[in-house]
Amino acid sequence: MNRPALRGGLRLESHKLRPLQRPVLSVPSPRTAVLALDQGSGADAAPVVGPGQAVRVGSLIAAQRGAAAGLHSPVSGTVRCIASRPTVRGIGPCIVIDSDGRDEREPTSVPLDWRSLSGDALLERLAAAGIAGLGGAAFPTAAKLGLARSAGVNLLLLNGAECEPWICCDDALMREHAADVVLGAQVMLSACGADRGAIAVEDDKPQAVAALAAALAAAADVRLSVISLPAVFPLGAEGPLVTAVTGREVPHDGLPPQVGVVCQNVGTAASVARLVRDGLPVVSRIVTVTGSGVRNPANVEVRLGTPVAELIAACGGTTGDDRRLIAGGSLTGRALDDDAAPVTKGLNCVLVATPGDLPPRGTEMPCIRCGDCAVVCPAGLLPQQLHRATQSDDVEGLSHFGLGACIECGCCDYVCPSAIALTARFRVARERLRLHEAERERATQAKSRYERHRRRLDEQAEAERRAFDEARRRARGDGSAGH
Amino acid sequence: MSDATLLPAIATAAGLAAALGALLGVAAARLRPDPQSLVERIDALLPQTQCAQCRYPGCRPYAEAIARGDADIDCCPPGGDATVRALAELLGREPRPVDPRYGRTQARRVALIDEDRCIGCALCLPACPVDAIVGAPRLMHTVIAGHCTGCELCLPPCPVDCIALVAPADGSSTAPAAAEAA
Amino acid sequence: MHARATAPPHVVAGFTVPRVMFQVLAALVPVAAMQVYLHGPGLLWLVATGSVTALACEALALWLRRRPSLDFLRDGSVLVTAALLALAVPPTLPWWLMAFGTAVAVLVAKHAYGGLGQNPFNPAMVGYAVLLVSFPLEMTRWPAAGAGWDAVTGATALDALRTGLRQSYTMEEILTGPAFGALGGAGGEWVNIAALAGGLYLLARRIVRWHIPLAMLAGLAIPAAVAHALDPGAHAGATFHLATGATMLGAFFIATDPVSAATSDRGRLVFGAGVGLTTWIIRSWGGFPDGVAFAVLLMNLAVPLIDRYTVPRIYGHPGA
Repeated sequence: MNRPALRGGLRLESHKLRPLQRPVLSVPSPRTAVLALDQGSGADAAPVVGPGQAVRVGSLIAAQRGAAAGLHSPVSGTVRCIASRPTVRGIGPCIVIDSDGRDEREPTSVPLDWRSLSGDALLERLAAAGIAGLGGAAFPTAAKLGLARSAGVNLLLLNGAECEPWICCDDALMREHAADVVLGAQVMLSACGADRGAIAVEDDKPQAVAALAAALAAAADVRLSVISLPAVFPLGAEGPLVTAVTGREVPHDGLPPQVGVVCQNVGTAASVARLVRDGLPVVSRIVTVTGSGVRNPANVEVRLGTPVAELIAACGGTTGDDRRLIAGGSLTGRALDDDAAPVTKGLNCVLVATPGDLPPRGTEMPCIRCGDCAVVCPAGLLPQQLHRATQSDDVEGLSHFGLGACIECGCCDYVCPSAIALTARFRVARERLRLHEAERERATQAKSRYERHRRRLDEQAEAERRAFDEARRRARGDGSAGH
Repeated sequence: MSDATLLPAIATAAGLAAALGALLGVAAARLRPDPQSLVERIDALLPQTQCAQCRYPGCRPYAEAIARGDADIDCCPPGGDATVRALAELLGREPRPVDPRYGRTQARRVALIDEDRCIGCALCLPACPVDAIVGAPRLMHTVIAGHCTGCELCLPPCPVDCIALVAPADGSSTAPAAAEAA
Repeated sequence: MHARATAPPHVVAGFTVPRVMFQVLAALVPVAAMQVYLHGPGLLWLVATGSVTALACEALALWLRRRPSLDFLRDGSVLVTAALLALAVPPTLPWWLMAFGTAVAVLVAKHAYGGLGQNPFNPAMVGYAVLLVSFPLEMTRWPAAGAGWDAVTGATALDALRTGLRQSYTMEEILTGPAFGALGGAGGEWVNIAALAGGLYLLARRIVRWHIPLAMLAGLAIPAAVAHALDPGAHAGATFHLATGATMLGAFFIATDPVSAATSDRGRLVFGAGVGLTTWIIRSWGGFPDGVAFAVLLMNLAVPLIDRYTVPRIYGHPGA
């Protein structure tokens, strides 16, 4: 490839070796499952169970609402309550279920004859099973595929890039369950109507590529292929990935279906495969438990709702006291205060970090305009100009320099010699920009309504005047010879 | 420098200054920006609340007054200091805070009619500059919150004081103008 | 578990401003060594005076502005300014003039505009320009190359070229004069080679990017080559210009000052080319023998305009 796959970006030390040295570990089902209603996609799921209700594995406990996918019980037992609990995203409403340890499944969970279903029927089943993006955003897959279908996409792009350091759950999944990924891809192809599918994997995962190639050969589906991409961060982000594979850019105010592509995480594909093969909705996922602060880093297969503390315990516990928890990778993960927070569909990694893993930043200095940030920005922005605009609260400047295109990957922060917290500033500034633009939109609409109001009054006045003239003319016409 | 070189030097410098000054004067007169487009640009910076707190009957008349030179730029409380700054930048003037004689910058609020107290007199309907109130005589009146600019012009005509101003339900009261008032 | 949370990204590469500055100082060592070898130890005395004055002025300015002193004093940026100024002025310059120039560079060109990261003009060049205009005699009294450490003054190569051309000597006659070496100025060419070595080191360490140096050298060499081809008697060739005066120092150390240069890569190419071209114009027709300092200052003026028209295309937006 003569053109670089990605503008800017960073080549980082991957830190993925240790968890991948062992096969995926199975963590026992939790005694108490805590299912967060806010899964990070922008809305809360709507609970459909109440305290005291009996549930089985796979029972629907919360219905899909807006951008929040439905939730299904990962254990069999009794619902204790719906209450505020610590979650990955802070304290939020959760359904707490006490397990009876029997792990009974819903009798209606049966394999799906997906080939006989129409596209729409497939989408309904995916929605009913709570299939959501396991890459982090947990957006309902059926909605995404349905949108892709109406837009007429021709490529299903499975994201196995996993570009961020420390995270290797998708790598483990592809190594051990490549057949599931392929099956899921085939189902999704039927659901979204695309004619080809490609699984994109970074070239630092040769075992995963080999496993996928073998599974593809076994499936003998000419529509599917594996694409190897350079291991650059953040090539796994949706925009850069689409561009690297197809050469087309996703328009700044649009989505990948506009350029004929729909993206799905490989983990999501595997969950679809599990649904059609076993009839099981999403009740578990693979999570990477890693960092120098955990004794035996590993990838673990764990039920949703299991507290993070149990994952760490299953990996030998922490190696010391001064450990920080990050939910996600070292560049885009969220700091986690409480290890009672449960696993959600979007949680791909628990990083138990020592001070050595995440050395503290230096003191923030003024920007020296070195331009290193612009060199690494995958969106082609000028972070130093954006920084200046945030400092002077110049909202027009933020808009002009394209803050809306920022994907908050953190590359600019990483290279800044002045240790400026650019990404954090931009996150705040994007909110400010969004509010400003909403305000502008409101003002434009108010203005057009005002103008219509004035026109209406003018027309009313005009009509009254005409009626008056008409009446006067008629009055004159009665009394005298009119002209 | 000798006299022989001094006089020509002064003459040249003075001549250049006069010529360039004249050129600038001609340019200022001939290339004056289209007054209509100036009004458009000023109006684009105003918040379009149509509240008349600036003593003009709407944002457009205020923009026209600014363009004419009859009004100052710090008379718009809903626009807040951000609007004054934007106008100052457009017109090349000094930015300053909103003049408190014209009102206080507040968080965005929308009008809400208390349906229990509304008598259906329809006096508030014509008062709204953006036609955001729907209703008819002796029938319930209601404010379309999404269209309401919070201008408060419907409050005086109501004979039973059934209209209140509340925070909008869509969370937009944390708008920039409000952030400055806080 | 601790709740000592950080916002993402939680890890950084660990580059720091002092690291950048001290690498630049390290890259200047070959140039300094070459100058000392050719002209004597005057440079060292100037560097010492400049450094002390620079740190003192920085501390004073930070105290007046009520900013935290220690981080800024440690960052090494004023030391780079002092070093560049010391290399730009003649080694026989009296120490109080060096101190004056450094003070102007730090207090006026840097802190009056807001301190680190805010100066629109290259501080070392502002100091140089003020000194040149205020004390032209001392600032143009360069020691003859190879005269050892006796500080006998003579013309620099560019000086000799200019005087020679005015006196209507042919280019061949001028270039064989005592002030000239094989490529450029006698001795001066070695300073340029040392500066090039230092600059290549900075390029390899990614402290500077290639855009400004390449553009400046091209902007200087191409017009020189064209003019020399058209009128060899009146214009020196590209190699001469590249090997004379402060060309290499300017290309890799002075014009590359990130704060006062253009922002985007495309803008930097334009900026560098402008510096090169302006240097050639000043050298050919201007009033001063070497144009690098004023070329840099003139292009600093143009940076806002360059930035305005060279914003790179943003992902997802239509092409420029």
